[in-house]
Amino acid sequence: MATVNVVRVERNTHPGIYPILLGLKITFMNMIRTLFMGQSATIQFPEQKRVSSGRYRGIHLLTAREDGTPKCVACYMCATACPAECIYIEAGERPEKSIEKYPTRFEIDLLRCVYCGFCVDACPEEAIMMSRENDLVGTTRAELIIDRDRLMERGKLAEYGPGYRPTDHDVRRPVRIAALERLKKEHGIVPGMPHR
Amino acid sequence: MASVLETPQAPAASTSPTVRILREKLGDQVLRVDEWRGDLAVTVSRKAWVEAARTLSFHPELDYKLFLDLCGVDWLDRDGHDDRFEVALHVYSVSHKHHVRLKVPIPESDATLDTIVGVYKGANWFERETWDLYGIVFNGHPNLSRLLTHDSFVGHPMRKDYETPKRHLLKEAKQWLLKVPEGSEHMIVNIGPSHPAMHGAFRVQALMDGETIQDAEAEIGYMHRNFEKMAEERTYWQVIPYTDRLNYCSAFMNGHGYALAVEKLLGVPAPPRAEAIRVILSEFSRIMDHFICIGANVVDLGAITPFFVVFRAREAIYDLIEACCGARLTVSYVRIGGLAQDVPDDFEARARTAIASVRDVTSQMEKLLTRNPIFANRFKDVGVMSAEDALSWGWVGPCLRGSGVAYDVRKDHPYSGYEQYDFDVPVGTVGDCYDRYLVRVEEIHQSVRIIEQALAKLPKGPVITDDKKVALPPKSEVYSNIEALMNHFKLVYEGILPPAGEVYGYTEGANGELGFYIVSDGGKFPYRLKVRPPCFAIYAAFSEMIKGGLLADAVAIIGGLNVIAGELDR
Ligand code: SF4
Ligand code: SF4
Repeated sequence: MATVNVVRVERNTHPGIYPILLGLKITFMNMIRTLFMGQSATIQFPEQKRVSSGRYRGIHLLTAREDGTPKCVACYMCATACPAECIYIEAGERPEKSIEKYPTRFEIDLLRCVYCGFCVDACPEEAIMMSRENDLVGTTRAELIIDRDRLMERGKLAEYGPGYRPTDHDVRRPVRIAALERLKKEHGIVPGMPHR
Repeated sequence: MASVLETPQAPAASTSPTVRILREKLGDQVLRVDEWRGDLAVTVSRKAWVEAARTLSFHPELDYKLFLDLCGVDWLDRDGHDDRFEVALHVYSVSHKHHVRLKVPIPESDATLDTIVGVYKGANWFERETWDLYGIVFNGHPNLSRLLTHDSFVGHPMRKDYETPKRHLLKEAKQWLLKVPEGSEHMIVNIGPSHPAMHGAFRVQALMDGETIQDAEAEIGYMHRNFEKMAEERTYWQVIPYTDRLNYCSAFMNGHGYALAVEKLLGVPAPPRAEAIRVILSEFSRIMDHFICIGANVVDLGAITPFFVVFRAREAIYDLIEACCGARLTVSYVRIGGLAQDVPDDFEARARTAIASVRDVTSQMEKLLTRNPIFANRFKDVGVMSAEDALSWGWVGPCLRGSGVAYDVRKDHPYSGYEQYDFDVPVGTVGDCYDRYLVRVEEIHQSVRIIEQALAKLPKGPVITDDKKVALPPKSEVYSNIEALMNHFKLVYEGILPPAGEVYGYTEGANGELGFYIVSDGGKFPYRLKVRPPCFAIYAAFSEMIKGGLLADAVAIIGGLNVIAGELDR
């Protein structure tokens, strides 16, 4: 058990002329630190950019398979977990594999998104991740609803670097397919776009 | 706190002095007593409401002097509730260190209740809010008007049958908040809603006699988004990002408080490492919050240097927070049962850098302010609040401690392992702006002490519970193990399903006791989630405090109350 004491703060602090001079000294010291010692607390944005960590939650990306198609299997988990209801998915069947689906539409409304990263947490496929891109500009609302092609682009990723994403990789599709089948059989759950 | 696990409706409740005394006084007007997860709840009849509140406050053995919260609940057609509405009051006794929840059922046909403003001053705004959001009329209330929503808003949005997509045209601002006496020569001054001395969008209308404020009335709600209603349509997990936007100067602490409240409801504690990291980040957030409060306060008085000086350390802390959480402000880092992920490898080094920076700027700030005669003269004996009034208004945190009441949740009801750390709780003597300033400065030093102790003995281990019904399984298992993947799917799809019941979880936020009153019906969304926002109760007293003082003093007072619009208006 630790000790927690109640202490009275000392009110009698003897204000006077000396503290004012000391305050002036501090102000000037800070000016010297900033101007001449290179200890500026600010950066010259936008020429200079803040370096953020590899956990930064910026604009999303959809990851791709080797053949360039999205890894996403349209399981709607991200749309279900999203608190802002800003992910819209339409699923299509992949011709070559009977059970596998893929998103024919995948849209994220970046104006609604709260950048919480729950979609990344919910994805069983490592199909969605976030980049460190954060300077988003648009002149209309529609422009900021980004679609599948924009999510698959890689130009900005190279510029800004990857952000929040799962730390483990290993995607084994058969496990997921079997689990989805059992989910339906045992719990009667067939994931779809959430309706609230 | 989270580890308190009792069987539901333990009969032990009857031994509590609160129940005994209420039964003695009110007889069969005490309808029900529940004790669950360590919370005592007493339901009384409507007739006995004021008498019950009076007994709680004035009976020497009970001494529930600190007003905490008053809110409504709508049970619309739910089984087991004959009456549609319910009002719940939370109060606390500083001398006996216990909380109680007093509830009263209210029928829809006659949705009225007597006011308890005569017992607790703080009830004023809380009752207005309950009227505004639920349409429960409080008989005898001095000013029962809209508080959070706009005057031309139609309906009561927290009612369960309110249609959420409904839109309202709200264009006319309320011109007069004050009743000006006929033929008065005095001038009316509007301070805010957009004014440099107002820390956010809120408005005070003052009746001026020269430089002296004769009368004043505050208006809030400009940033109201009804967080509580949104939470009713989100899973427990999905509420987390919304908590970041409550007190946005110390965003992490809101999530911490919320997670603890839900963990208390579930009876699932977070692992020790998660708790220690939560403590460290919470204390850093507290430091930032105090910096902003003091810095902005003196900017209003014309001293801009301290504000810039403290920002250096705030930047260092934000760097640390961003490295852990992935965002500076919208942290969303806590999860029910732990944290989203472990801290980065260089966490300790970064934390030590931040501590060094905090030490540096705190000493500069103190030298700039504490003994500066201009600053001291503007702050000393201004905005004095007596301990008794502070409790009645529901003041908590540094403001309450400034008035000399040594109530700190970390000391009196340790959570997240605060019982392991040595620290001091500073209190003031006079209860003026200067005391509130000194208390905050001392708390910065104490927070640094706590962080250093927590860093030194940071436990190893997981950062989130392995309870499959609460936390998502690790990704490596999701990718390879069918059971884990099934749990993952089910948890995302169904959300966390807590037992039915209600808890009041409380932590020491930067502004004081931040409470979350959660009513669960066993479903995936919280049935009712009420935030007990510390600065709401503090700001409620503001227009009373400034009456009779100078306008310039009002500016000095408001900064020291640290009113944060995100938390005030929710
Ligand atoms: S980051 Fe959060 S809000 Fe944005 S799309 Fe993902 S889940 Fe939705
Ligand atoms: S959770 Fe992943 S795989 Fe499923 S729809 Fe979303 S991005 Fe695609």
